[in-house]
Amino acid sequence: MEELILKLKSEIIEALNLEEMSVDDIDSEAPLFIEGLGLDSIDALELTVLLEKKYALKIQTADEGKKILYSVKSMAEYISQNKK
Amino acid sequence: MSEQLIISNYCKIADNTVSLNGKLIFKCDIEKKFPEFIKEAYKNFQINYPKFFKMDSLSKLGFLTAEMIIKKENPVGNFKNEDVSIIITNSSSSLDTDIEYSKTINDADNYFPSPSVFVYTLPNIMIGEICIKNKINGENTFFISEKFDIDFLYKYVSNIFETNKTQCCIFGRVELMGEKYESVLYLVKKAKDCINTNESVIFEPENIKKLYIS
Repeated sequence: MEELILKLKSEIIEALNLEEMSVDDIDSEAPLFIEGLGLDSIDALELTVLLEKKYALKIQTADEGKKILYSVKSMAEYISQNKK
Repeated sequence: MSEQLIISNYCKIADNTVSLNGKLIFKCDIEKKFPEFIKEAYKNFQINYPKFFKMDSLSKLGFLTAEMIIKKENPVGNFKNEDVSIIITNSSSSLDTDIEYSKTINDADNYFPSPSVFVYTLPNIMIGEICIKNKINGENTFFISEKFDIDFLYKYVSNIFETNKTQCCIFGRVELMGEKYESVLYLVKKAKDCINTNESVIFEPENIKKLYIS
């Protein structure tokens, strides 16, 4: 799981152009939106695309998305549980 | 008779350089491609605005050009937010980003439309970025024309002053397509609102052109 979290952090930095951040700056359990990284709605869409593109996983509903995209840890858990 | 307008500050970015009021204020030591150049310039001026990195190239260029003027003279500090306007023109619209976006949807087997690229597929988004950062709420318009039509811009900007739609206007041209880029923005206001008119230039087509080619 730790390896996946680290990989995911790098992918998030790249996908969201978080130029001034490193993987060490991202708290795995902190909320990604509003607090924490302070991401916005466009970032949420970009993370949805990231899951689909890199892990072939499609978020089906907004409620599901809120839970999955809560933190890096929640994203990693979803990937490890659902990756084909 | 309409009030005299003056250009109090102007900024030009082209060929790996940033000039403010005709003075070179930043130059890359070695020639760099636009993405590296604009990042280095942004860091050089110690602007703390992480959203800059999420912008497309056109917005980065317009944002940094405007920021140089605003750092020198923030119009929102002197005028109401709704009295500050932004009028920008170019010839290639947002085509550079449109092409980037099309790359994300061209391949049916690799079809992942990028939302963060898509949001920049309109040139007036650049104006929006400048307005959001600086809380500018006045008139904003983006014109697309083949050449830098100074006479048209002069008439348009004059008109929004004459009809009392603005008290201060940032206007000019922000052009970016592939490796080619060039921007020039001017801050214009009424002469009566100028404290120091020594370095100011009368707002007229000849002077706009003179400052642009200088």
